Amino acid sequence: MPERPDLLPRLGAFARLLHDAGLEAGPRRLTDATRALTVIDIKKEPDFRGALRSVFVSRKDEIPIFEAAFDIFWAPPNPHAAAGVLPGRTRALPMSPERAKAWSNALGLSSSQLNREDSRTVPATSSGYSAEELLRHKDFDAMTWQETEQVRRLLEQAPWRVAERRTRRLRAARSGGIDLRRTARHAIRSSGELVRLFRRRPRMRRRPLVVVCDVSGSMERYSRLLMIFAHAIARREDLEAFVFSTRLTRITRLLRQRDLDRALASVSKGVHDFSGGTRIGDALADFNRHWARRVLGHGAVVIIISDGWDRGNPEQLTAELIHLRRSAHRLIWLNPLLGSEGYQPLTRGMAAALPYCDDFLAAHNVQALDDLGRLLAGLDSRVAPR
Amino acid sequence: MTAPASIDEIERRLRERRYIGDRGLATSIFLALKLEKPLFIEGEAGVGKTEAAKVMAEVLGARLIRLQCYEGIDLAHAVYEWNYPRQLLHIRLLGEGEDRKTAEREIFSHEFLLRRPLLDAIDNDDATAPVLLIDEIDRSDEEFEAFLLELLSDFQVSIPEIGTIKAKKPPFVVITSNRTREVHDALKRRCLYHWIDYPDLEKEVEIVRARAPEAADGLAREVAALVQGLRGMELYKVPGVAETLDWARSLAALGATRIDASLVDATLGSALKYQEDLERIREQVPALVEKARGA
Repeated sequence: MPERPDLLPRLGAFARLLHDAGLEAGPRRLTDATRALTVIDIKKEPDFRGALRSVFVSRKDEIPIFEAAFDIFWAPPNPHAAAGVLPGRTRALPMSPERAKAWSNALGLSSSQLNREDSRTVPATSSGYSAEELLRHKDFDAMTWQETEQVRRLLEQAPWRVAERRTRRLRAARSGGIDLRRTARHAIRSSGELVRLFRRRPRMRRRPLVVVCDVSGSMERYSRLLMIFAHAIARREDLEAFVFSTRLTRITRLLRQRDLDRALASVSKGVHDFSGGTRIGDALADFNRHWARRVLGHGAVVIIISDGWDRGNPEQLTAELIHLRRSAHRLIWLNPLLGSEGYQPLTRGMAAALPYCDDFLAAHNVQALDDLGRLLAGLDSRVAPR
Repeated sequence: MTAPASIDEIERRLRERRYIGDRGLATSIFLALKLEKPLFIEGEAGVGKTEAAKVMAEVLGARLIRLQCYEGIDLAHAVYEWNYPRQLLHIRLLGEGEDRKTAEREIFSHEFLLRRPLLDAIDNDDATAPVLLIDEIDRSDEEFEAFLLELLSDFQVSIPEIGTIKAKKPPFVVITSNRTREVHDALKRRCLYHWIDYPDLEKEVEIVRARAPEAADGLAREVAALVQGLRGMELYKVPGVAETLDWARSLAALGATRIDASLVDATLGSALKYQEDLERIREQVPALVEKARGA
């Protein structure tokens, strides 16, 4: 870029902004971006933007973050200029307030532009807000360190592992189908005589788990414990996790952080309707339409955790459960209330759901979660009789 | 055919082959060629990911080598396999006194090698480096991804009996994914990325006109509008561009030049693939048709 000697340091700064907003923007990508800009006409804004996008983005959910960062960084100094922010596009970036402040100063913006009240990781879907939705932040920090440590240790030491399923990848074994490759290999050494037959059989793998957890107001007392449970499973199993109250949020990536407190903090930050009302049917509809195909491959076991207090429509809940059960290897419903004496699943939601679940279990203490573990460990390859 | 010299030229050449893509796709393709990096394309089912690779091969005047991924795909299916029956036959036909060392060298030569797509993409005499399409990588497993990562970093394969085979010219690699699972970041990091979105109405009309020319102009617009309307509804499976094209072709085959409620009702299965979706949308067909006819 001989005609733009100032571009290279600017590009470096842009890469740092992307990095702070959570995108991968290491030296290799920066090199690629530099090379990319030498082969295109950088005076054409869409090409300039498109070139940087194809270098720095590697997932669909990163696209809005990239676009926002691009608008903020490369927009002309006059905020009212035509090439500024497009209508409906956000300028908010998911970064800590300190970072946002530093960047705002560096770029000469008012800090409100960078880290607005609604700046957060992009929600899993855009089902939008409903008027009834009670958007309340719930603080996980209140849990004492000893409490979490005790519960976590119990959950991490749990002796069970999710049952296995047969994969389509074959491995050498004593019995099973003939491994033509190795048998022939061996035969060639003995002048083509089939002296020994080698065999192979499908390798086994643990089934993926999908947890869909209710975090609405009525579940408040259990949410914390259940999140610790989910975090403990995520540390050792193949887990996809979602939470819902009025809408569904995917928290899989948030739970992957090794540190429990950090993971819980980012879940609480990323989920905006903790302790709101419940619409189980809507949440499952969202799951079925936007996530089922992505996360229910490979014989997944689905666990719904909810007390069944539902403000939605029971017919919808039934329809979504029927659909969900067809795509899952096993559908398990955990209800914390099942642990209390004399509980009967009479709420509208629970009554609608019960006939369509393969298992109905309690989830009010560590013992109940252990029972669940034993069930998961004992699952066989057949689908439950339905 | 010479390599395209600009983004404009890629756009033009794609269009000549009736592929209507957006500027962003042309930009990514251009950069992937210039920077010699694989192009990772994601998008919902039926938005033209595979088609993009096929058309690219035509644009470059290169051969298309396609590797369809599936669960459990391994090196024997993706890279190479020895032709064991032939080897066994060959060795059994040898006379008593013949030199076994020579025989072994013979049967582990190129002649007895079954070449699978990845080996073919690396080891060939094509005048123009081929386009290697690794289709639906999300269907394969982590082991295969790890192997691909290695292959894509140095474009060489080693076969113990023959040695290392390195590509004279690296192929142009296009990887597609339907996101039925998340592909590992390490693999994506090696690639340039492009997300193909559903087209807007005008672009979809253009696509129908280009790829289903048998549909009359009015029909093309109405079908495109109808599908755009369906995409805004809560469906288990949202129709892709492939479904729009199927639908336009079905209606054209029925002799339709405009849509009406009964035709749409009869052919709704071209667009919707789930019973629940069909049932729900059936009731709303008249309203949808009216809206599409006004578009």
